[in-house]
Amino acid sequence: MNAIELKNITKTYNKGKVLAVDDVSFSIAEGEMFGLIGPDGAGKSSIFRMLTTLLIPDKGTATVGGYDIVKDFKAIRGILGYMPGRFSLYQDLTVEENLSFFATVFETSIEENYNLIKDIYVQLEPFKDRRAGKLSGGMKQKLALCCALIHKPKVLFLDEPTTGVDVVSRKEFWEMLKRLKAQGITILVSTSYMDEATLCDRIGLILGGKLLSIASPEDTVKAYPEKLYAVKAPAMYKLLNDLRSHDCTMNCYTFGEYLHLSTECGEEEIREFLAESGHTDLEFKPVTPTVEDCFIRLLKVQSDGNGNKSK
Amino acid sequence: METVIKANKLTKRFGDFVAVDEITFDVYKGEIFGFLGANGAGKTTAMRMLCGLSTPTSGEATVAGFDVFTQPEEIKKNIGYMSQKFSLYEDLSVLENIEFYGGIYGLSRSEIREKNKELISKLGLEKEANNLVRSLPLGWKQKLSFLVAIVHQPKIVFLDEPTGGVDPYMRREFWDLIYDAADKGITIFVTTHYLDEAEYCNRVTIMVDGKIEALDSPGGLRQKFGVASMDEVFYKLARQAKRSAD
Repeated sequence: MNAIELKNITKTYNKGKVLAVDDVSFSIAEGEMFGLIGPDGAGKSSIFRMLTTLLIPDKGTATVGGYDIVKDFKAIRGILGYMPGRFSLYQDLTVEENLSFFATVFETSIEENYNLIKDIYVQLEPFKDRRAGKLSGGMKQKLALCCALIHKPKVLFLDEPTTGVDVVSRKEFWEMLKRLKAQGITILVSTSYMDEATLCDRIGLILGGKLLSIASPEDTVKAYPEKLYAVKAPAMYKLLNDLRSHDCTMNCYTFGEYLHLSTECGEEEIREFLAESGHTDLEFKPVTPTVEDCFIRLLKVQSDGNGNKSK
Repeated sequence: METVIKANKLTKRFGDFVAVDEITFDVYKGEIFGFLGANGAGKTTAMRMLCGLSTPTSGEATVAGFDVFTQPEEIKKNIGYMSQKFSLYEDLSVLENIEFYGGIYGLSRSEIREKNKELISKLGLEKEANNLVRSLPLGWKQKLSFLVAIVHQPKIVFLDEPTGGVDPYMRREFWDLIYDAADKGITIFVTTHYLDEAEYCNRVTIMVDGKIEALDSPGGLRQKFGVASMDEVFYKLARQAKRSAD
């Protein structure tokens, strides 16, 4: 049985004027870690809110743990854990009070499922008497995860859980997710960090309410259709502008210490052009695309398709 | 090189807690200066002192030539600031926000009209100009916030995690605006948790437990720590933090 299944789900707002989710179908296997990526406003949070029974779809059906999201909403609420995009714990309650509140609501206790949250909670314990509103970003996320886990859910929904969180805490957070997955919990997670998307079993790319592709990170990267180069020179901003002005350039953007370039011309021609433009000490090499490159390419294609011809 | 920020042993205490601990550095005109650190390392506190929003406990600093202790109001007139939490009025339209900030910074009516046109076309928001800011996607809001923060052509602009939660495509559009502003001589002081963005800075500091533990160009830092990416530089430094992120 699939842990999550969506069939032709559509959701509109403002009496049908805003199409948020457009005929989306996909399924997630039990124990799978599935990443949903897409720009802001793509429909990710709407999907989360429907699957967590907080919104009713206009059309289509969906199940979580075999239960229907409309008819069996009460049963679903008992088996899911949800971390919304916005911090939604009680700011005026302490760390411990928040946790025991959520445990009580689900008719369990902190002790009963302590083993599930232990790794995370030990880091929070020194602050257990602090009000949740006074915690740092990273600590808030950890507490929210604890609260989402306290009733031992079968399916975990995490809507951008690491936004605003530093690299070290993000790494720790994903280590925890790996351990939860190892215990058989199904995880649906959205993120704007592409390094995190790469850690998922499969990634769904969503844009304008439509699901554009579903594939493993490896296959997502393999499907990149063009040759991609990494380019670097001392005058990076000039390099970026020069490359974007070249007729052959399909896309050129910053990528860490390099620029990434896809072009219709050969390497020699571009090198010549850059030398004529006064660039010296040029580094120019083919690179393997990453999930981030795939994401950028897709949005670029989309934006060009909308008559927005900027490079 | 003209120095636009000069900090010398700048310190901020809250009771027994030393949030910022004797930080010393210079920032040069037109530079993109990255200010990195883990959650709770003291970045926002340091930034608030430099913006004239919080009085330091000790040390010295000048921003755009003005003293942070005695001339905070002069500093505010000469800088732009885009805070982590709030920068635009959600209940005002795009145009109204530009007008409001233009007015606050003392632009004349004709200058504001110019700015309205310039910013709207730069952002491609012609259709949305009269929509409430609340209805814009996050990435657009952040781009608008940035342009509003530099509407008065400040010498320096402070950006506190401007791209948090923004997708990879929009983040790059945001950085195109930063590059453009820096190219026109505006000094950029920016914090981020995306370490690829650290590479776009001319120089980068990394704060750990209230102290500056590293300050160099991204390439210099990679070399010094013998690693291939800024991710690893950051990880090496931030992992030593004793202070918990609170």
